[in-house]
Amino acid sequence: MLDRVQKDSFSHGVHPPEHKDETRHLAIRQFPFAPELVVPLRQHLGKPAIPIVREGEEVVRGQVIAEPDGFMSVAMHAPASGVVRKITLAPGISGEMVPSVYLRTTPAASQEVDDGEPCDINKASPDEIVEAIQRAGIVGLGGAAFPTHVKLKAPEGKHLDTLIINGIECEPYLTTDHRVMLEQTADIFVGIRYLLRATGAGEAIIAVEANKPEAAAKLQENCPEDLPVSVRVCPVKYPQGAEKLVIKSLLGREIPSGGLPVDVHAICVNVATTAEIGRLLPRGRGIQERVITIGGPGVQRKGNYRIPIGTTVRFALEEAGAAKNISRVFLGGPMMGPAVSNLDIPITKGTSGITAFTTAETGEATGHQKIYPCIHCARCVEACPLFLNPSHLGLLAKNEEYEEMAEAFNLMDCFECGACSYVCPSHIPLVQYFRLAKKMVRKLDKPV
Amino acid sequence: MSELRKNLDIGSSPHITSGDSVEVIMRNVVIALAPVCVFAVYSFGTAAALVLATASLSCLATEHFLCKRTGQASTIGDWSAAVTGLLYGLTLPPDLPLWMVAVGGIFAIAVGKFLFGGLGSNAFNPALVGRAFLQAAFPQSMTHWALPLGDHRFIDLPTSTLALPFAEPGYDAVTAATPLAQMKFDSIQAENPELLFGLVSGSVGETCAALIFLGGAYLVARNMMNWRIPASILLTVAAVTWVFMQIDPVTYPRPAFMLFSGGLMLGAMFMATDMVASPITNAGCWLYGFLIGGLVVVIRFWGGMPEGVMYAILLANAVSPHIDHLIQPVVFGTGRRTG
Repeated sequence: MLDRVQKDSFSHGVHPPEHKDETRHLAIRQFPFAPELVVPLRQHLGKPAIPIVREGEEVVRGQVIAEPDGFMSVAMHAPASGVVRKITLAPGISGEMVPSVYLRTTPAASQEVDDGEPCDINKASPDEIVEAIQRAGIVGLGGAAFPTHVKLKAPEGKHLDTLIINGIECEPYLTTDHRVMLEQTADIFVGIRYLLRATGAGEAIIAVEANKPEAAAKLQENCPEDLPVSVRVCPVKYPQGAEKLVIKSLLGREIPSGGLPVDVHAICVNVATTAEIGRLLPRGRGIQERVITIGGPGVQRKGNYRIPIGTTVRFALEEAGAAKNISRVFLGGPMMGPAVSNLDIPITKGTSGITAFTTAETGEATGHQKIYPCIHCARCVEACPLFLNPSHLGLLAKNEEYEEMAEAFNLMDCFECGACSYVCPSHIPLVQYFRLAKKMVRKLDKPV
Repeated sequence: MSELRKNLDIGSSPHITSGDSVEVIMRNVVIALAPVCVFAVYSFGTAAALVLATASLSCLATEHFLCKRTGQASTIGDWSAAVTGLLYGLTLPPDLPLWMVAVGGIFAIAVGKFLFGGLGSNAFNPALVGRAFLQAAFPQSMTHWALPLGDHRFIDLPTSTLALPFAEPGYDAVTAATPLAQMKFDSIQAENPELLFGLVSGSVGETCAALIFLGGAYLVARNMMNWRIPASILLTVAAVTWVFMQIDPVTYPRPAFMLFSGGLMLGAMFMATDMVASPITNAGCWLYGFLIGGLVVVIRFWGGMPEGVMYAILLANAVSPHIDHLIQPVVFGTGRRTG
């Protein structure tokens, strides 16, 4: 039986329209292979991987093409069978140039996946699992793209008691985690086994928001009896999917400012990441594709697709069919997803979706509305899940008082969820201010 | 396969907004005030309608003129000057000479709002700044009250209404005392129903406590007003009054009388809740309300004037930035306040 929706949730937050109905019932489909894939060597937080293939070399789908460079790095695998055309710099989402492997897919290839060395759950030690996860190139698929293996090991003197599997997916339009929970249920439990073994946590909790009852029910029904795992349904509220907030909602614990989940004895892994661990490790494979939602009013054939890493946004939109009046495209959901200025950037491991708006929506979107002075209405203060004072921070940002923002008003805690900008009746681009301010603070902090 | 549009629109996330805007909020304040205005005209007749119209027009015209003078686009479209104008008009005596109404309206916008930097920067509620100016400049006219529901209120205008600037207003013989003045000087307390439904004399829009409360409730329901401010003001006034009534029921009035008389309801619901001039945190709003409530009681009981809502709110407006400085939100994961 499905547990009732729990009462506890984090405080503050907002309720944007969910827009999940158009894709929530659509099963995951395999996306076609593009003629050319662009695989960035840094798709994660940390150091770029070191390529081990040469230009002109033929690769098989699933083959390792780059090795991790140290602990804060993961391996890369060929997303398709083909030929390495060149290894050079390619533009990323924010315009920065990233060393990338251009892969020309072989048109008639079977695209059979090359298996590697399996990691046997019954024999592997925690360290071996951590290493296997790094070898499989696994990073947080929820969007942060933090190398998963890095957070599995509690630092000296700290211990973990709870493993949280994050299936909240609070961004509007996105339904990838939802579909993964329904279609890869078994993989998720295998993944949990690996993660519990690697972390030594005593129990696992799968967190699902109340707008995905069928996913919660499916997980609940399939919980293996020998596994200390439970499913908890949280009330719908944005941005509950953020690590700090899902931990607060489930355990009532607050990660200290500037701290990590391990400081409150918890670890949080995205549900799709968990499913990939469960799917890939037993076969020794690496991540060469991921599930994304292609949706929004600007897309004709909306859906949830298993798409090869390195597929360009252009190819994805052409295949899915873009509306004539398409006007703004962003990776992920509308609350946090960065807008794309160049359609030739590739889908990476951290991309959870492509959402396209038409001119009808962008007319009302940020940057197109009249900006009024702050009227002190306090809606942002009531929205901020971290209890910052966006109104005052916005004022300081306008005066370029970046250090004051960081030192006295906890600017660096802001994770840019967008709740303040969303509610602001003056349409002040608060998050944009804070993003810039954080960059400036980091610059000021760095010794020249 | 269709050719993808070449020009993509770039913007910082979030790409969606809640849809509310400053205009929408201000317009809703006007909507919330509409029943109060209608009742004011019903109670005090054509004179009240003229006061409200003059107040609104003088505020809008001043805002428009000053924007143009300073080379900016006119901001009357954001409805904030309209809100100021209406609120200001509602606080005036119904038979106030119209030229005084206009002077106060100009002062409200020019000094109360523009001089401080316009929308979002006014330290004090502009409507009350205008009223305070009139109170200081024309103390007699500002304490001259017409009777409610007069027989010829829709036909005849009081002679004072159309008085020439700087001429003697020439008030009619019939005048009334507000319930607060009766209380203060004659120790007579008006009954609850009279106060609730506005069958008493007073400022244009302050008499009908029930309709004012309704307007406030509408704004609270639309998340356009922080209910904690009126709640803490009214609670404080009621609680302090109750304590004094227990001590000396002859001198001090009953709490309900205090709540429903004078400008308290209008002030608590629509003046003190001016977002710009009130604190930003909920805890700060409670403190701000306690302060206003306390000041209202002190001025009404022991001050020279029968009413003290205006000065209580203006004083609290002055303290509001300090409350904000003192009471910031407690940041997640720190257990301490910022600032």
